Amino acid sequence: MSTFFAILFYFATLVFVVGTFYRIGVYTRTPAPLKIPTTPAPTTTGGVVLRMMREVFLFESLFKANLWTWGLGWLFHASLALVLLRHLRYFTEPVWPLVALIQPFGMYAGITMVLGVAGLWARRIFVERIRYISTPSDHLMLALFLAIGLSGLMMRFVVHGDVIAVKGFMLGLMHFDLQPLPSSIGLYVHLSLVAVLLMIFPISKLLHAPGLFFSPSRNQVDNPREKRHIAAWAKRMESEN
Amino acid sequence: MADIVAPAYRVFPIIPALKPGAMEGKGPYVSGEKMNEALGFPGKLVDDWHDKAIAKMGDLLGKYRSLKVYMDSCVHCGACSDKCHYFIGTQDPKNMPVARQDLMRSVYRRYFTLPGKLFPKLVGARDLTREVLDEWHNYFHQCSECRRCSVFCPYGIDTAEVTMAARDILDSVGYGQKYDIEIIGKVHKIGNNLGLPGPALIDTMEGLEEDVKEDTGIDVRFPIDVKGAEVLLITPSADFFAEPHIDSLIGYAKVFHATGTSWTLSSMSSEAANFGMFIGNYEQLRKVALRIRQAALELGVKRIVVGECGHAWRVAYSFWNTLSGVGDGADPDDKFAQMLQKQLDHRYRQPTHICEFTWDMIERGALSFNKEANDKHIITFHDSCNVARGSSMGGYPGGQFDIPRNIIKSVANHYVEMDPSTTHEKTFCCGGGGGLLTDDLMELRVKGALPRMEVLKQVADEHGVNFLAVICAICKTQFSKVMPIYGFDRKMVGGVHQLVSNAIRLGEK
Repeated sequence: MSTFFAILFYFATLVFVVGTFYRIGVYTRTPAPLKIPTTPAPTTTGGVVLRMMREVFLFESLFKANLWTWGLGWLFHASLALVLLRHLRYFTEPVWPLVALIQPFGMYAGITMVLGVAGLWARRIFVERIRYISTPSDHLMLALFLAIGLSGLMMRFVVHGDVIAVKGFMLGLMHFDLQPLPSSIGLYVHLSLVAVLLMIFPISKLLHAPGLFFSPSRNQVDNPREKRHIAAWAKRMESEN
Repeated sequence: MADIVAPAYRVFPIIPALKPGAMEGKGPYVSGEKMNEALGFPGKLVDDWHDKAIAKMGDLLGKYRSLKVYMDSCVHCGACSDKCHYFIGTQDPKNMPVARQDLMRSVYRRYFTLPGKLFPKLVGARDLTREVLDEWHNYFHQCSECRRCSVFCPYGIDTAEVTMAARDILDSVGYGQKYDIEIIGKVHKIGNNLGLPGPALIDTMEGLEEDVKEDTGIDVRFPIDVKGAEVLLITPSADFFAEPHIDSLIGYAKVFHATGTSWTLSSMSSEAANFGMFIGNYEQLRKVALRIRQAALELGVKRIVVGECGHAWRVAYSFWNTLSGVGDGADPDDKFAQMLQKQLDHRYRQPTHICEFTWDMIERGALSFNKEANDKHIITFHDSCNVARGSSMGGYPGGQFDIPRNIIKSVANHYVEMDPSTTHEKTFCCGGGGGLLTDDLMELRVKGALPRMEVLKQVADEHGVNFLAVICAICKTQFSKVMPIYGFDRKMVGGVHQLVSNAIRLGEK
């Protein structure tokens, strides 16, 4: 079983990294031929950085749109970020001070993350408009996060796993020195689902994470009159006539 | 026309329940063979439309980062789902921005993503069938490209970009919309959307000079094709004869007169509107914009000023520099743009909105007004979508909101704001923008005006508002047409420069 999970994780990580970088490469190479920031928009690069930070950390636009979706979405994402940071303790020796610092919050973040997902799912099921636009994969994605969260919480609060051994396994993976993984159904479920998440990341709507940084309506500086902006394929038209 | 009734006002602006299929149908008239061919599109739907459409989609995905990122990034969160005026007015779920995007995203997933190729049902992917193509023609002509949804999307996904791509694909297989394609043809052939030839335009301007003389006793000129003039005015051709548009044109002329600015129109390039944007076709967008470049070069003007027109201002402000070099900051070795930019006077922003021009003159004290002349009006201002969310004024974020309001307050005494959830960046489209201002879409236009009419009713009842000021030719035409259906007087709508025209002092200080 240890070997199976070792291979699974190497493969999932490879798919995640290569796939995501490939997508980012495509976004980078695809030109934005016209200036289309949603105005009013910042007129300086510094202003755009601030606008993007407000979108990334505070979900500014979503806040304007709908307080329920914003609240649940922000709760979920902020909790997920804490949970991920907390999990760094399984990959670092000695544990980084920041990771040690957030340890107590990270544990409760697991609970709020599950609550956030459950709330978003309820919204998807009970609000007519959102139900209308949902595809099966939208539901499955929430199920996946819920299952990852619940299996994690289970190990933390109900059936305690051998975390030292898990850490040994993870550090072993990182140093190509395979260590045994404790045998536990909860752990197997948790790790398998995480591997699935890593693998579907570059081919699913999870691409909204890198996508946001490439969204021209958000990341463009509003200075079209001051600076000529032109894509290479459009510039070629000028030499044709 | 007579049988179209306005939807009922919502007592509270609650989110409407879904009425699936409410706006199903054939969509607007399909463009004819000759019109299509004049623009280089296939005359009618080609036999291999399926393969051609998919190829075109692949082409656009490689040329537009917006389309590529927007196709991938949507998480179906529903933030946009209640934001579209056409959804609010029609209750058709396919008019929710996310659902409209999904009409294309479902096809994107089927042909361009792994999960869609392997498990189409799971991810909502579908083949591009004739039914899907018809659905595109119908529902992508129920979007006015107003960008209201993009304000609220956590990733900034702009349905306008998707609609433009869809229309570009439809045109490329010979399945475009009559109204837009016919109009672009007229611009290429005659120089403006209305097909008003040069001699008729000159006649009209002479007539206007006589009218203003009769009215004010002052010789306000309406010059045309004057070489060496300082300012070239590019304005929507509706300003030349439509009501209430023409009153704003008179306003611009009076401002130029009172400030001693030498200006001219161009008979060759007598159109600010650029429907190339509406159909999402870069070549057409560029070709229409190049007429203005040509006129500026031929007439040797120092400044280009744009009249009251929403999408035209978006094209002028955001795209002209890219398309035609009207602007500043081209690379020194960019010969195409430098040729024009060397001629223009960069003490001013190029291009300049007429409101920027007038407000600048007011700030300098070059204009004076008899504000009482507007006392019969209790005025409110409708932010036009393309100005609000696709452009700016004054060189700072939000100038596009302040400057028209500043002008109104300088020329009139009674001004009232509408509900703030429907103004500034959150403004609602008039219901007729984006190339939909045609009689065959009248039902859609009436229903799409609902959210604006609701808040107008509020300020009319509470504050006695009797004048809706706008700076967009499409808004003016659309409101004049649909407001009577909602029980308002059609004369309630007018331009900001109509108010300027009423109050400006000529020949006296």
